[in-house]
Amino acid sequence: MIRMNQVVKSYTTGKVDFTALKGIDLHIRKGELAAVIGPSGSGKSTLMNIVGCLDIPSSGEYMLEGSDVGQLSSNELAEIRNRKIGFVFQAFNLLPYATAYENVEVPLLFAGAKAKYRRERVIELLSRVGLANKVSNRPTEMSGGEMQRVAIARALANEPDVILADEPTGNLDSKSGGEIVKLFHELWESGKTIIMITHDNNIAATAERVIKLKDGMIDSNGLKARTSA
Amino acid sequence: MIPLMTIKQFFNDMRRQKLRSALTMFGIFWGTCSIVLLFAFGQGITESQIKAQRGLGDNIAIIWPGVTSKEFRGLPTGRRVRFTEEDARLIKSKAATLKGISPEYRGWNINLRYKKQTTLRSVSGVWPEFSDLRNVIPDIGSRFINKRDMDEKRRVIFLGDKLAEDLFEEAEPVGQSVLFNGTPFTVIGVMKEKKQNSSYNGRDNRNAFIPSTTFKAMFSRRFVNVMIVQAYPTASMEDTKSEVYKIMGERYKFDPSDKEALSIWDTTRGIAFLKTFFMAFQYFLFGIGVATLITGGIGVSNIMNVVLEERTKEIGIKMALGAKKQMIMLQFVLETLLITAIGGLLGFLFAYALIQVFPYLELDEFIGTPRVNMVGSLMVIGVLGLVGLASGYFPARRAANLQPVQALKLF
Ligand SMILES: Nc1ncnc2c1ncn2[C@@H]1O[C@H](COP(=O)(O)OP(=O)(O)OP(=O)(O)O)[C@@H](O)[C@H]1O
Ligand SMILES: [Mg+2]
Repeated sequence: MIRMNQVVKSYTTGKVDFTALKGIDLHIRKGELAAVIGPSGSGKSTLMNIVGCLDIPSSGEYMLEGSDVGQLSSNELAEIRNRKIGFVFQAFNLLPYATAYENVEVPLLFAGAKAKYRRERVIELLSRVGLANKVSNRPTEMSGGEMQRVAIARALANEPDVILADEPTGNLDSKSGGEIVKLFHELWESGKTIIMITHDNNIAATAERVIKLKDGMIDSNGLKARTSA
Repeated sequence: MIPLMTIKQFFNDMRRQKLRSALTMFGIFWGTCSIVLLFAFGQGITESQIKAQRGLGDNIAIIWPGVTSKEFRGLPTGRRVRFTEEDARLIKSKAATLKGISPEYRGWNINLRYKKQTTLRSVSGVWPEFSDLRNVIPDIGSRFINKRDMDEKRRVIFLGDKLAEDLFEEAEPVGQSVLFNGTPFTVIGVMKEKKQNSSYNGRDNRNAFIPSTTFKAMFSRRFVNVMIVQAYPTASMEDTKSEVYKIMGERYKFDPSDKEALSIWDTTRGIAFLKTFFMAFQYFLFGIGVATLITGGIGVSNIMNVVLEERTKEIGIKMALGAKKQMIMLQFVLETLLITAIGGLLGFLFAYALIQVFPYLELDEFIGTPRVNMVGSLMVIGVLGLVGLASGYFPARRAANLQPVQALKLF
């Protein structure tokens, strides 16, 4: 499903070059639930953004479902972000002036879905994340947990195979964080591939597999038992 | 499919971002409105001045008798040169550049009376052509002096509109009889109201006009007071004047280059000056217009910049959710165009409404009737729209060219 070979990402700030990812080899199979952990600045978000096609590697190869992402045009990348990947951010990234309904509708609009389908789908998604009664609320009228559930509903809109979440509980208290994690587990059980960055070891412990980053490199990829076997 | 999506998205955004849309729209509205008004009033003032100048007549000159100042074939200087109706006929038959001519006899302190109302007025004895020469146009239901009046020396009188008001108040003058130094005259017409800002003998609206033949018979005058000549629109008044000097010089034996033998007031010179002046005035307005546009443009562009942060983040989010570059740019262009169109249209309509109401304020005597310049208005809207587009388009395009994560992180 996701395969990376020697992916490098470096940034140039002023005159200084900084390499955030120093050659990542990673393979994630369809239907996995992987947690990504590591100290702050180790490159977790950088990696996740590349996986989510929100950014491109400086070098190396990234294959998503067999196609080489490095070879795709910006429109093809947009298509992938729209249909194959659902991204959940720590900072929610909802459109601030739009209602929950309208936020969830955005990816459906970009996919060109028909009005009737959009309506049914948005309501279905918001019900699924337990927000059927908040369709008309704007982000300012919702709690953090509610905003993140809108973001998850939005990520699910076009039935992507992969859900990526960058510290989805980072801005939430433990109770609403727990509810979000529960939602991800339900999604995993329904067959989605899920990759989630977290600082919370308890949450990481619930994952099927834990990938640990350190200084831009994979410290352990959670497959030791299998690879050594 | 893509445009449909964009339209829906677009109206969602417009509705949500009320403040931004409203501010931008207001900038366009204000710019359009003020410039349309500026040009409309400029145009109105110019037209009214030129029209008022024309109240005296189009392309005419007024000729008074004079005194010779040059010796001619042994004749001394200081001879009076006066002229008669016969001379007017002579000039009419000989001058090639002459479109029309009318002599004008003038009588002062003539007692005009209708019922109990009396007034002392100056009355002119003129030819039918006088009406065209001097823009003394009959109002509805009226007529000016005609050939039969002339031939039969009829006792008919044409009244200036103010004079008619003074004598008749509410009553209808045409067909009524007025006493002219005690003699009954039939009113054949009243002058249509006109603007007149210069004269050689009082405003036409307070004067009265009778056939020259009638005048001559009543007052047994030999010489006329003035002659009015009109050059063809294509001819120069200078040529007409030369012709008049030549014809009259031959007849009264004076040097055609003797400018004092006849004194001529060429009114076209005033118009020429006025046209130059108002040309300069239009340039001045144009300058103000450009300055206003620049200010308005900066305003619109500032508003666009204020929302740049919000906009970049929004573009980042939309790209993360699968928006293609073209969709984002198309939406942006549509948005600016719509805002510009609405703002421009509202500004134009507002200015237009003001201009329509304006005549009821009855200020037109001073500054004329403002007129909307359609081409100018469209240009204003276009320029403001372009400024709005440019000031928002480039940042938006820059954002759309970034990787989504960069747009999300930019601020
Ligand atoms: N746009 C950028 N320009 C320059 N350096 C960057 C940029 N983005 C990230 N970095 C650097 O790359 C490194 C990895 O950043 P990244 O956001 O991936 O860390 P992280 O593991 O997600 O940390 P955290 O747990 O705090 O979110 C950091 O040292 C950061 O300073
Ligand atoms: Mg991070």
